[in-house]
Amino acid sequence: MKSVIKGTGYILAHTPDMVFYNGSTQTTERIVNPNSEYLKELPKHLRNYDQAVSYWPHQVYIGNKTPEELANTEEPYYDKTCDCKERYGKYGEIIPEDEFYLLLQASDVFDLVMLDKNFVSKTKDKFAKDPYIDESIVNRVKEGFDLKDIEKCVNEEHAEGLYIDFKLVGCVKKAHDVDPNFSAHVIHENLVAKASSVLALIAGVKNAGISKDDVDFVIDCCEEACGDMLQRGGGNFAKAAAEIAGLNNATGADTRGFCAGPSHAIIEAASLVAAGTYKTVAVTAGGCTAKLGMNGVNIVKKGLPIMEDVIAGFCIIISENDQKNPVINLDIHGKLAVGAGSAPQNVIGALVMDPLAEAGLKVTDIDKFSPEMQNAEIMKAAATGDVAEANYKMIAALAVKRGDLDKAAVATFPKEKGVKGYAPIQGHIPSGVPPIGYFRDEMLKGKMNRAMIIGKGSLFLGRLTNLFDGVSFVIEKNDGSKDSGGASEEEIKGLIAKAMKEFASTLLKSE
Amino acid sequence: MDLENQKRVKEFAEKFGAENVVVLLGAAEGEASGLAAETVTNGDPTYAGPLTGVQLGLTVYHVCEPEVKAEFDAAVYEDQVSMMEMVLNVDDIIKEMSSIRSQYCKYLK
Repeated sequence: MKSVIKGTGYILAHTPDMVFYNGSTQTTERIVNPNSEYLKELPKHLRNYDQAVSYWPHQVYIGNKTPEELANTEEPYYDKTCDCKERYGKYGEIIPEDEFYLLLQASDVFDLVMLDKNFVSKTKDKFAKDPYIDESIVNRVKEGFDLKDIEKCVNEEHAEGLYIDFKLVGCVKKAHDVDPNFSAHVIHENLVAKASSVLALIAGVKNAGISKDDVDFVIDCCEEACGDMLQRGGGNFAKAAAEIAGLNNATGADTRGFCAGPSHAIIEAASLVAAGTYKTVAVTAGGCTAKLGMNGVNIVKKGLPIMEDVIAGFCIIISENDQKNPVINLDIHGKLAVGAGSAPQNVIGALVMDPLAEAGLKVTDIDKFSPEMQNAEIMKAAATGDVAEANYKMIAALAVKRGDLDKAAVATFPKEKGVKGYAPIQGHIPSGVPPIGYFRDEMLKGKMNRAMIIGKGSLFLGRLTNLFDGVSFVIEKNDGSKDSGGASEEEIKGLIAKAMKEFASTLLKSE
Repeated sequence: MDLENQKRVKEFAEKFGAENVVVLLGAAEGEASGLAAETVTNGDPTYAGPLTGVQLGLTVYHVCEPEVKAEFDAAVYEDQVSMMEMVLNVDDIIKEMSSIRSQYCKYLK
């Protein structure tokens, strides 16, 4: 059985206050240098909702603009207003911070999120109008609390404040007095990942045109860990988000691998469907509060707006072959094995060259590569360079070394075979998966045949190994043919008869 | 530069003596190389890590610089670094690194 990409969901939550209060660069600065110029300067660099919505890369992420259109737009993007300023796109939406707080509370089942009742009453109607938010979620929004009770939790009980325009409107409480895994900070981080995953799941299911009950299994591949002090990463984000999203027939489990997580998860999902274990699997991930404003110091120093001001989420729905949607070809996949080494050319060799060579293909047989899709202008502002483009150059350079490409083609390779990086810098989010929705559209239109997704992960960040990791896979246009589904009884009888005849003839010969 | 790496560099300098430590970088472009080189020579320019205000003056090179390349077994270099040499803007990296070294390195021979 082949597995196909039935639909995708890509969502953003614009959270400028969380940049200031929860981004790790800012929380670290507040500890080591509380009176820093950077913290004083930062609020002036935060964008409002309209600015975030009309930001080119965000419109590409939710599907109103294509990566091709972005590539044809001159950088920088931060000083341009996209001609599309829609909240909703083909793949999802950009939810504003106030509504996201309601989703956060709706995603909490342990009464850990408290919202100011005036704030709730002001925001609830707006929230209910979101077409992705159904009645079951709206009904989970509670009336709220007096602001003074919330202030008490923040001031006296180490709760994490939730702010709108720097005014307190709610908080996330700690879940235990002593357990560091249940500090308000960790609970806040995990609930944000969960809530953004919920929205991505709903968008993915809706866009796939299936019923919520069709989803059998959910794999979450974010980079957070939930569990108490006895099982710090026990999980399971997948099932927790599926519950709120209303996927009542699904169970789930988490897959982790730093930024390589999404590619691992999609290969697993495709394999589960191919094996017939589950008919429909949703791969999902919410976003990461710690990475909000991660490169803020460099960006503020350069006088630029904070572009890392969104929590992102995505969902890829993988289902049985419908002879229509693009196929995940499990015969072509790369893996960076333990013994493969971590030098860039070993990595590109193992993830790109080797699997293609094994399938009798060259890099020129792939229409588009999708490696690290980080928003290029943020990476440049952060002095890290355009990582997507660096990947295309590496693929081209190695192809030249292997004799598959002319040296002259290296310069044009990134534009021709690459996708411009546009995804928020949220670790696992930009890792290979953002353009899958676009690739699916292009393949359905017959404009693209084959794309390669490359997921890479910096495992050394976990301090358990110095190794780097990565996996890759190929998505292909569906040729419309039905799966063979194995041999019939008659065919098997014929094969046995043939084998018996051959055996008999060898016996006769040996006599 | 990653805060943990700053801590490790500082510890190595204390343990082996700053004059005995060479920091080898593999950053993907000039500006990032320059920032990392500045961190281990003049101190963390972002004022965030353990090397803030610590002027170790360590000897620092990028792996694609000719002085470092000359130290390698050519076959190993070909196998491990040559592809990146094609990809990176080596001239820009050399310019940034040379500038930082000439300003802040204390132990250049």
